[in-house]
Amino acid sequence: MIMNPAAQSSNIAVKVEDLEKKFGDFIAVNQINFEVKQGEIFGFLGPNGAGKSTTIRMLCGIYTPTSGKGTVGGFDIVKEQHNIKQHIGYMSQKFSLYDDLTVEENIDFYSRIYNIPKNEREKRKDETIRLAGIEEFRKRLTRTLSGGWKQRLALGCAIIHQPGIIFLDEPTSGVDPITRLNFWNIIKDMAAQGRTIFVTTHYMDEAQNCDRLMMIYHGTMIAMGTPEEMKTSIMKNEILEIVMPEAEKWMEKVSQLDSVKETALFGVNIHAVVYDSGKATQDIKDFFRQQGINDYSVNRIKASLEDVFVSLIETYDEEHKDK
Amino acid sequence: MNFKRIWAISSKEFIQIKRDPRSLGLALVIPVFLLLIFGYGLSLDIDRVPTVIWDQDASSQLTRDFLLNFKLSKYFKIVRYTDNYRDIDNLIDRNKVLMALVVPKDFSHYLESKKTAPLQLLVDGSDSNTATIAMGYARSVVQKYNADLLTESFAEAGFRPSKTVNLRSRVWFNMGLNSRWYIVPGVISMIIMIIAALLTSICIAREWERGTMEQLISTPVKPQELIIGKFIPYFTIGFFDLSVGVFMARVLFGVPFRGSYFLLIILSALFLTGALSQGILISAGARTQLLASQLATLSTFIPTTLLSGFIYPIFNMPKFVQAVTYLIPARYYISILRGLFLKGNGIQVMWNEAVFLLLFAIIMFSLAIRKFRKKGV
Repeated sequence: MIMNPAAQSSNIAVKVEDLEKKFGDFIAVNQINFEVKQGEIFGFLGPNGAGKSTTIRMLCGIYTPTSGKGTVGGFDIVKEQHNIKQHIGYMSQKFSLYDDLTVEENIDFYSRIYNIPKNEREKRKDETIRLAGIEEFRKRLTRTLSGGWKQRLALGCAIIHQPGIIFLDEPTSGVDPITRLNFWNIIKDMAAQGRTIFVTTHYMDEAQNCDRLMMIYHGTMIAMGTPEEMKTSIMKNEILEIVMPEAEKWMEKVSQLDSVKETALFGVNIHAVVYDSGKATQDIKDFFRQQGINDYSVNRIKASLEDVFVSLIETYDEEHKDK
Repeated sequence: MNFKRIWAISSKEFIQIKRDPRSLGLALVIPVFLLLIFGYGLSLDIDRVPTVIWDQDASSQLTRDFLLNFKLSKYFKIVRYTDNYRDIDNLIDRNKVLMALVVPKDFSHYLESKKTAPLQLLVDGSDSNTATIAMGYARSVVQKYNADLLTESFAEAGFRPSKTVNLRSRVWFNMGLNSRWYIVPGVISMIIMIIAALLTSICIAREWERGTMEQLISTPVKPQELIIGKFIPYFTIGFFDLSVGVFMARVLFGVPFRGSYFLLIILSALFLTGALSQGILISAGARTQLLASQLATLSTFIPTTLLSGFIYPIFNMPKFVQAVTYLIPARYYISILRGLFLKGNGIQVMWNEAVFLLLFAIIMFSLAIRKFRKKGV
């Protein structure tokens, strides 16, 4: 991996300070700060419209930031966009290959765009086709491939020049679970080779695969840490899982108890976010006894990433209610 | 600039054009189609004006001799003889005739008794231009007849007319005053302008629409590489269309080509560069294929047809509109094409136009690159 000497010594792949992007009056990204280490899988989490894609585009040299600064692979994201582009791979949210070209033509096109030497091209092409698992479709028009294959081919083309830093914007949206699993195996392999992966997603089960996560909401960073840290130290509240028949009927009532902050339905069970699990468990038991219900169980569980995310967003909304 | 990358983009574009029969058809068939329609359909020559005659003095030899002047003229075509006004009304209403000539009963009697004979001409004025021209033709036939009568009566009286002016006109460059010779070079320029702006604007808007542009922007491709890469295939198509146009003009319509082919190629390349850049500029503003194609058609077709002197002479336009025509690149290109085809002009009389085309190409090309850079690349 070729990088700026400064970056090589510091082991930092991506670093931004007070990065901001405005579109007119709208603040898409609001002064965020973070660092991504070399070889890390860095997950960027947030609902649609949170500013994930805008951030990625600024890092890839597609957008110029309104203010703030940053480096990718040691190159300045404002002044050295051209250098950045030679050392990164980017896969946008939208499927972005030419669907009127064949699989091979698409690969050839990107190898030539990245100036891959002639004697390397065939080898890389075979690797890419193997990666996408489409050996038998080499001569087929890309249009005729199914979603999962297209997505893997797009990834293959985005990394054909073997970049050190790879940006993936919701790479698994709209693909089947098996392809998703396969995709994440590829991502982990690439990280194991020392490449840095910057990935956005809104699937919480995928976020679990990341080394570190950053949550962004309304353009603002609301949390950062490893998945484990997210679920323990960052999550201030505790979670009780209530298993009972007709849970959806009781969810609202339980949320009105003083010691319960809020409730949400997870599958057929209720997850109650509480301030103190001991006191809340007692309150819930008392409430059900009054109602004459015996057929239930209450257990403290470890917060899932989804719990953390929902809770952080609610806290943010609470704090910004007046604005 | 990296030529390998430029060529990568061009060859990708060639494959895409080959696989898209619609845009290929647009590029190759439309020019032939337009040339046929304009070349055959749009004739500005007015001859064989359909005419009906009511000769109320039909028994007279003198009247018949007089009417022979109309019959033998190539400007009139006598479609019918009649003996009532109802018929004339009807024929004009149904557009069967453009004018009616009514010879009164005592036409020959007046002439024989050396008096001025009345002659009625009824003209359909709903197309005022054609009507004016038809009336002019009729007037000149009558004037010629009068002059002959005058000479005759002078001769009878023993005088010899002197002191007359004899106008001898010679038409240069287009001896037959064939309007097709004037139109066809204009059609060629229109085709190049429309095809070039339309195809490039669509091919770039398509990349925005499908998200492939965003992917391209994230690669090390520079704006000028992308634009030049896109240029090469459409430049080829443009020159193909130009050759088809010149070939059809010469072979099918018999328009002479008296200038230098070298100049034709150089100046056409300038015009084409400007038109292609205009297409790119449009597509950078309009990111859907639909909007891009509409904008491209609107911004090229209308000015090129109406304001370039293609059909309507610029010196006839109001001063303000005349000023606007200086901004229409097709104006210069059409004038160059006419100069090359009909007059065999060299660069020493066309350098004015050539400079404007060069400016057009440079301005449009740099605007296109700037617009692209601002959008992200």
